[in-house]
Parts: sequence; structure tokens; C-alpha cells
Amino acid sequence: MSGAVATNETILVVGGGISGMTAALEAAECGKDVVLVEKNPSLGGRVSQLYKYFPKLCHPTCGMEINLRRIKANKHLRVLTLAEVDKVEGRAGDYTVTIRLRPRYVNENCTACGACADAVSTEIDNPFNYKLNKMKAAYLPFNMAYPQRYVIDSSIIGTPDAEKAKAACKYDAIDLGMKEQTMTLKVGAIVWATGWRPYDAAKIQPYGYDRYDNVITSVEFERMMDPFGPTAGKLVRPSDGKEAKNVAFIQCAGSRDRNHLKHCSRICCMASLKQSTYVNEQFGDQAQSTIYYIDIRAIDRLEDFYQKVRANPTVKFVKSKVANITEDRESSDVILHGVDTEGYHRYDNRHDLCVLAVGMEPSVDARGIPGGVHADASGFLEADAANGAIFGAGCATNALDVNRAVQSATAASLRAIQVINKVSGAEV
Amino acid sequence: MADIKIGAYVCKGCGLGERLNTAQLMTVAQREGKAQVVREHEFLCNSAGISMIKQDIEKEGVNHVVIAACSRRAKTDAFGFDSVAISRANLREGVIWVQPDTDEAKEITQEMAADYVRMGCAEVAKMQIPQINPSHGNNKRILVVGGGISGMTSAIEAAKAGYEVLLVEKTGQLGGWAAKLYRRVPSHEPYADPMETGVPALVRQIEADKRITVHLNSTISRTSGAPGQFSVDISKESGGTSTENVGAVIMASGFEPYDLKKLPELGGGKSPDVVDQAGLEQLARAANGAAIKRPSDGKEIKSVVFVQCAGQRDESGKHLAYCSGHCCNTSIKQAMYFKDSNPNVDAVVVYTDLRTPGNGEDFYRSAQRKGVIFTKGTVSEVVPGAELQVKFKDLILNDDAVAKADLVVLATGMVANSGVDIDTAGGAPNVEGQKEGGESKVVSILNLTYRQGKDLPLLKHGFNDSHFICFPYETRRTGIYSCGPVRRPMDAQQAIEDATGAALKAIQAAENAALGRAAHPRSGDLSFPTFRREGCTQCKRCTVECPFGAIDEDEQRYPQFNESRCRRCGTCMGACPVRVISFENYSVDTVGYQIKSVDIPDQFSEKPRILVLACENDAYPALDMAAMNKIQYSAFARIVPVRCLGSVNTIWINDALTSGYDGVVLMGCQKGDNYQCHFVKGSEMAYYRMSKIDDTLKGMSLEVERVRTCEVAITDIQRAPKIINEMAETIQKIGLSPMKF
Repeated sequence: MSGAVATNETILVVGGGISGMTAALEAAECGKDVVLVEKNPSLGGRVSQLYKYFPKLCHPTCGMEINLRRIKANKHLRVLTLAEVDKVEGRAGDYTVTIRLRPRYVNENCTACGACADAVSTEIDNPFNYKLNKMKAAYLPFNMAYPQRYVIDSSIIGTPDAEKAKAACKYDAIDLGMKEQTMTLKVGAIVWATGWRPYDAAKIQPYGYDRYDNVITSVEFERMMDPFGPTAGKLVRPSDGKEAKNVAFIQCAGSRDRNHLKHCSRICCMASLKQSTYVNEQFGDQAQSTIYYIDIRAIDRLEDFYQKVRANPTVKFVKSKVANITEDRESSDVILHGVDTEGYHRYDNRHDLCVLAVGMEPSVDARGIPGGVHADASGFLEADAANGAIFGAGCATNALDVNRAVQSATAASLRAIQVINKVSGAEV
Repeated sequence: MADIKIGAYVCKGCGLGERLNTAQLMTVAQREGKAQVVREHEFLCNSAGISMIKQDIEKEGVNHVVIAACSRRAKTDAFGFDSVAISRANLREGVIWVQPDTDEAKEITQEMAADYVRMGCAEVAKMQIPQINPSHGNNKRILVVGGGISGMTSAIEAAKAGYEVLLVEKTGQLGGWAAKLYRRVPSHEPYADPMETGVPALVRQIEADKRITVHLNSTISRTSGAPGQFSVDISKESGGTSTENVGAVIMASGFEPYDLKKLPELGGGKSPDVVDQAGLEQLARAANGAAIKRPSDGKEIKSVVFVQCAGQRDESGKHLAYCSGHCCNTSIKQAMYFKDSNPNVDAVVVYTDLRTPGNGEDFYRSAQRKGVIFTKGTVSEVVPGAELQVKFKDLILNDDAVAKADLVVLATGMVANSGVDIDTAGGAPNVEGQKEGGESKVVSILNLTYRQGKDLPLLKHGFNDSHFICFPYETRRTGIYSCGPVRRPMDAQQAIEDATGAALKAIQAAENAALGRAAHPRSGDLSFPTFRREGCTQCKRCTVECPFGAIDEDEQRYPQFNESRCRRCGTCMGACPVRVISFENYSVDTVGYQIKSVDIPDQFSEKPRILVLACENDAYPALDMAAMNKIQYSAFARIVPVRCLGSVNTIWINDALTSGYDGVVLMGCQKGDNYQCHFVKGSEMAYYRMSKIDDTLKGMSLEVERVRTCEVAITDIQRAPKIINEMAETIQKIGLSPMKF
């Protein structure tokens, strides 16, 4: 859809995660023309990589299916994937945006039959699984991927494998000559919803994420629960594949720490509480979870969930910022060292696996957003009159849970509509 | 309506041509499916295939189209033809991808495909192209109930988008609780100091905006109608009522602080020097930056203790079970009031978990820099006196401790001002509901004339939040949205964001109603329910079971469908014992005829038939994804996607069993407290109805194992096929149904 026509009554939404999809859909369902751009080959964003949501323990792909149905049914909304915004010029009500489209090497003829993946032998890291496993270099990003269209990884372009993929395709869907393209769009308002990324756990040196196999991040833990994930849905230790029944969760891994992220990432307490239920889901009463925390931040009715987990005898809470982690060479067990501040006891606790509840940082530093917007010290986009008609939505603006991200996106959508209605002179 | 002309198109791509005898499928479509135009194509979804179909639509007058190719979830762009009825026979994900490519399997695979072609033709023959609901309204004015910071924000933001707004406030002035604050928690970096509330500026903005009409000292005494055509009575305190028409409603009726008198052990009501957070704001406003004086004797306060979670996060069941979210930041702000006017005041915050998410952390650090003391502990008692004693357990030192203070502030939390709890009050008039931890008289906010009750259904703890994580604005009353602390405990900053989003949803509801379209989650659907009056027995099941309160009763006690309130889930259709309710594109017949069209081999064939009715949002995609991963299941299954399990009419099950199906599996979403059904009660209703199916089976002398209802999530990609296979095994054990003809 590179020939998308847009006008200054069009809204551009940047980022196809739940915030971007929401902002785009809410505007499109008000009858506005929307172009949604996503840098990955599929919509879905971070939430599509989660096993369950707190506190309902329902599945994010359920809401995603509804949103995809809404997208499929809406003629006002156009989706561009593998697309990134390079340049934004102009002003509120009259922007010219330059978008760079990376080649997918697969066109709209693709039926997602999967013949190309069968033909290819090269394997590459699977980014959907945080590179915990490999996948074919011709791939559908994940089961729910939209557009439902394969991707040929650029690393095999020019190799015989790419030719094999092309030969396997009966539908003339593979175009190895595809080149990066740029396109310019006229838009009236922009919703910036580029989301978050997990803080680089390796930077928290005392925890040894880069040294110990059995120290992983909370987002990786989510992927382990997916039956189609890197461990086929089993909670096992990366070091030896042994069942991880005794799991430590370290809160504020990077957050609330001036050496790392100065803000509280809001979701991590609830995420670890939720993940403790995963351990029970797999091992029942054999499960042992220990949550090392400073404050448990289960805001408003999420408190109910906290109380439920607290009543679970297999979950222990230790008020402590863990000082450091060592590894028992022989068993590959991880040993957490620190002081329990409730009564000041020293501890050296042994666990099968340690999950770092890593903080959220903006996926795109707002200081570098084309067009120029107000950024806070952490790189989140801050609302400001000087931003013109560029409105932040979701985790690009702050560390938010899904509920709040969607509220934020809905609000941003209205702010964009206000600009568009002014441009078009629409009076009701 | 013009005559139906069915065109059936069989795709040979993606292996369909190799695995299936497409010529036979075309014959089936023509002879049994009554398709007048039948064509096959090597690659139906490419431009040549699509233009072939388009040409038939334009030149041959084909108006009902059967696409016998891939799943209805695939290639939607290509197969999205305007103004024709479309059915998708799922031969790829539904047949060849779930069956082995072997010679032995060829016959039953072909039979499976032929049945799906029959079903597609049967469905499309009974479908009609939806005509726009003739009784839709065009009013786009937005009613905002509540003039606090949430309501004011909704009004301003809706007006900024060009919409007329009616703002109704029960007191004599705008501003709500926010107007009573001295300062508010900061919303911008550096998050170091309290900031101005901004309320006077908002009030001025409203007064200057000619699109916004304000009614003070007024409440809503009646709300009736539907999106695009609500009628509301606005009653003045002094008497007099005016009737106004609006297109959508935002309920921003706010909260009341939890009554501190209910906390006598913490000195609530026992000492004038024990105040709640609202009380402290009053003192701070009186001081206006100078030293804050205490209520009892006007003495300048030198020491203050903030007790967090007072009557909140309560496990005894006596007080509020929840956390109000904002109180930690609010106490930090209030401690700063003291420190900023005099750094020598002792300000201590006693907390169990300090909850300052996001950039609240900066605010917390700023308070520490200003010398506010934070102590992790639980307060057991506040002893009144000239010098108050706060007795608490210090959780760090694991010891009992006492703090002395001139003033104690109890962070008591928010109680939603959400009106009548219609689930406990039953919607009866003049019932006083009861709120968690409270006995105060409950007054309806909206006074809806809906059969199902006067106010929005509540979710939990008296708040009317959405149950859905992905869809926080969902309510069970179409076109009515709530925002701010009535919905969920929240601070001013979140309320502003929330109110802006709610304004969008209200605008959207009015815009879609004017086009005769459904609201979320079937946004854009033009169909609407109709019923055959002659057949109706006035049993009221539809009016009771509608999850969205869309159906009232008319003077003659017949159901009155308020189409613009309807979400098109079909729960009414599933409920109707005489099957008089239908949608143009989804009816007892569109599904019933699919079921009947399946070829039922005789009792000696060893070819059972299993009917699977699958929720189209979760179970059906799970089966699709199973197919994508080449997970196989019984070739005897015939899967029919349904809008919601709630739309399943038991006649379908009865008909299937009497026509010789050997088993029936219903796959719907999780029910109960953490329900996942996007139509709220659909799957629950299905379970309820199916709980009585055993008697039906026994009446037919059939084994009860032949019918099974399961909760299936979209992630049950491996489990859903297993459930089908289990039914196939069960049938193998108990034998084929004797009811074949």
C-alpha cells in the first residue's frame, strides 16, 4: 500500500502496538482517515508477546483479535508495516511526513501458505521470542501476525536460500528485487505511539544477567509460557533445561534507581505477582516463588490481586533490594544476597531461576522524534503546547499498564481529531 | 429486495487444487447449494481472481457470494466486496491443513470440503444485505454529568472537537473536589513541588465557550432513548425540569471521601485535629502558604503524621478493600505544604507500601529532600488529646512505636458516586443500595428508564469501570461512558486523560448512531435485531438476558428493541424459545440451514458428524492457528463460527441431534468473575441454557456425552483440536447416533 494517498485531514499514527492500534481505530471509527505505520513486519507490539494480562489472567491476543477485526472492517484505516518515520516537516494541520519502507521481499500476493519457509534452510534469531530461539529466514512473525504475510529476512538476500524461497512460491509473491523506498504523506495531526522497550538488564551489573544463564528478564519469562515459544511452554532453566520450580523475582530491576531509570515502571510489581501464578500453573504446590521488593505497587482494585497472591502459601515476599547475585558453578543455581529490611536479616537465598522485573524505557527517545517535541529527562514524550499537533500516546509518554495506555491513546486520538476538525472546518 | 443470485467461487491455490476434487465441489455448489454462477480459479485472491468475482457482481448480478478458499480471517482485503452478502467456506484452514495428505484420508477430506461448500451456500442463501436501521437518531450533542475536573475536561475537549455540550452539575459551582484543593500533584518535570490546580482557568474556559451550556444546581431525573436520540430531564434543585435531547452521555459523577468517622480507632470523629485529606486541603487553603493552624485551638502545627491506607486495603471486611491510588502522592504533596512554609515542621508519613508509580518517584524523592520522614509501619490507634499519639508497629525495626503530633491526617480513600447498584437493587424504584463499607443513601445519577435498571452496572467495589483490559471505555450501556474517579480510583492527572478519552467515545457513539452503525466490538455492523411480533409469547427472556440493557418492553409488553443500543451479539436470538428474533446477516436460519445442509452418512457408514459451534473471536481463531501449525483434528467435525456462544439457540442443538449428528461441541469464552466474553454474559448464558440439555438428550434416548460445552481461549491452539478429537473418541466408544435417516 505504498501508494497511500493522504491529505491534511488525515491522522498519522506511529506505532502499531496496542496504543497505536487503539488511537488509529478510535479515530477511524469516528470516520477519520488514518494511516498507521509500524516498524516491525506485524502489528501487535509488546502485548502480543505476553502470555497473560494481570489481573484477569486473560490472553492479550484475544483483544488483539478484536482489534484486527476492527482494522479489517474499517475502510478509513490503512496500515503500513516495516515503515518508520524519517522526517516531519510543517505545522499543526499541515505536516509533510517522510516514511521509509524497508523491503519485505514478499508482496500482497502472499497467501501465507508457508511454502517459502519450508524451502529455506537458514535460521535466524527470533526477535518475537527475544532471540531465545531460532526461526527460518522466511517467516510469519507469529501466529497472530497481521498482515498475515511472510517476510524474507534481508540476511539471505543474494544467497541461494532466497532463490529457493522464490522458487517455492507459486503465487509470484516473492520479489527479491524489492528495495527500500521512501514516501511522503500529507497529514494534519500525528499520534506518536512508539511504546516501550525493556531496560537493558546487562547494565545492572550486580545481577549478572550477562554472566549467568539462569538470570533472565520478565519479558523472556513471558515467552517461556507460550506453547509456541522458545521452550514450548515449559518453565525450564536456560542452563540445563531443568524445571524451574523455585523462582526468584527481583522488583525494580533498573527502576526507581538513579543509576538506571529514575522512574517507577508501574507495571513490574503486578507483572511479577502475575508471573508467580505461572509457576503454580506449571508445578502446582511444588512451585516456590519469592518476590524481592521495595514497595508492592498494586494500585486501586489491583490490590485484590495482590491480596490473592499474598494468600498463596507458595509465594514469599521479602522486602529487600537484592544486593547481588552469584552463581553456584556446579548446579548453576543462582544465589541472591542481601538484607531483609523487615527486621534486618542477612540472606543468601538459592533459587533455580531468577527473573528480573525489568523497567520500561521509551522505545524511541523523544528527544530524537522527528518534528521536535518536548521530552522529559527519561526520553518520554511530554505533552506541551509547543508540540503542535504531535500527540503522545501510551508508553511513549510514560510507564503505563495496558489499561492506562489505551486510555492515553484514546485521549490522543481525540486531540488529533480536534486538529483535523479545525482543518476541515467541520462543525456539528 | 432483489432476487438472490448466488455465486460460488472455488479456489485451487494453496494446495486446494491438489488435495481436493474442485470439480466435484463446484457440482455440489451448483446442485445442492443452488449457486447460479459457479467458478473455480487457480489463485482466487490474486487480482485476476478478484476481478472475475467483481465482474460477476457487476455484470451477472451476483449478489450473494460464497468464497470457498481460506478462512474468513485470511485475505479479508481481497475478499471484501461491497454491498453483497459474503460467506466463506473454509477449505484451507478448515480442511486441508488439518487433515493428513494421504490416500486413505482423501475421501473423508473431500467430504469435509463438500460439506463446507454446502454450508457456505446455505448460509449465504439465508443472509440478507443489512439495510440501515431506520429508527436511528442524528443528535450529536454530548451530555456530561458532573462538573468536577473530569466532567469539565470532557466538556472542553468535546467542544474543542466541534461538538455541542450540556454540562450538568448538582452543586452551585463547577470545580468539584479539585476546586477544594490548595494545590495538586505535579504533572510535569521536575515533579518537585505541588502545582496550581488549574481549576479557575478551566471554569473560565467553559464560561467562554459558546458550545458548552452549563446547568448548575441540577440533576438528571430521567434518561431514556438510545445513542443519537437520548432524551433527558434536567431538574433544578429549586424546582423546574427541562427536557433536552443528546446523542451520547458521559458520566463523571466523581467520588466522596470515605467517612473518617468510621475510623474511631484512628481518632476519626474523636478529635478535631484528626482530619482526612480533604480536611487538610481546607486548612492549607485557609493558611494560603503561611503556617497551617490546627482546628482545635488555632495553634500553629509543628508536627504532623500522615496515616496511609486509613480504612483502605482493609482485610477485615469493615472498610474499603481497595487502594485509592492517589493517596500516597497526595500525602506527599500535603507534607510539602508544611515543609514549604516551615522546614522545621516534623512531617511523618506512615505507610505499608509507598505507591508513587511513574514519575511520582521524583515527587517522592523531592519530599525526602525536603525532610519528610517516611516510616514503614501499620497504625493501630490514634489517641486524641492536646498532643495526639499515633501508635504503630514499625515494620522495619519490628517494634511498637509511638509518634506524637499536633495534627493527624488520615488518607481515607475514594468512594465512587456511581448511583444505584442495579445488580443488587434489581433496578426497582426508590431502592437504597448499599456501598462497600458505607450506609449512605444512594441516589441514582442517570435515572435511566431502561428495563434493567437506573444506572450503569458496577464492576467492583462500587466503581463502574470496564471489565476489559484492552477496552477500558467499555460499558454495558451503549453510548454512555463513565470517566474519572467514579469509574476507578484515580488522581486528577489520570482523570484528565480519562475524561478526554471518554469524550472521544461519546463523540464516536453519536457519530456511529447517526449512521445506523453498531458500537464496539462490532463497530460498523449495520445489521440490527428484528422480531416477528405474531410469534412472540412475551416470555421476556430477551429483555432480561440482553447484556447491554438494549431491550425494553412496550405498553403491550412486547419487547422493544432500541436498535442503537444493541451491540449485535445475538444473545436475544439465542434466548428466544420461539425463535422470532433475527439479524439480517445472522439468524436462526443462517446457522440452522448450515447445520441442516451437512451430508449425514447412514448409521453403518462409520462416519460420524460432530457439530462444533465456536466463538468467532476466540475458539475459531484458535482452530485457525492450529491449522496454520498443521495440528490435525477429526475429519468428522463441522465447525460453525458464531458471534458469541450467547447467540446459540438450543434449537440448533436439537435440530442437529434429530438430524443425525453424533456429537455437538460448544466452544465459548471463560465465564465467571474473570469472564472473557466480550459480550459480557453470552458464554454464561450459553452454559446456563446448556445445563438443561441433558434432559433433552435423555428425552431423545441419547447419551449425555454427545453434547459438550467448553471454555476455549484464543491461545488454546493445541487444546481446541484435542477437544474435538475427544468427542470423536467418545462417539467411537458409545457408537453412532441412531437418529440418522
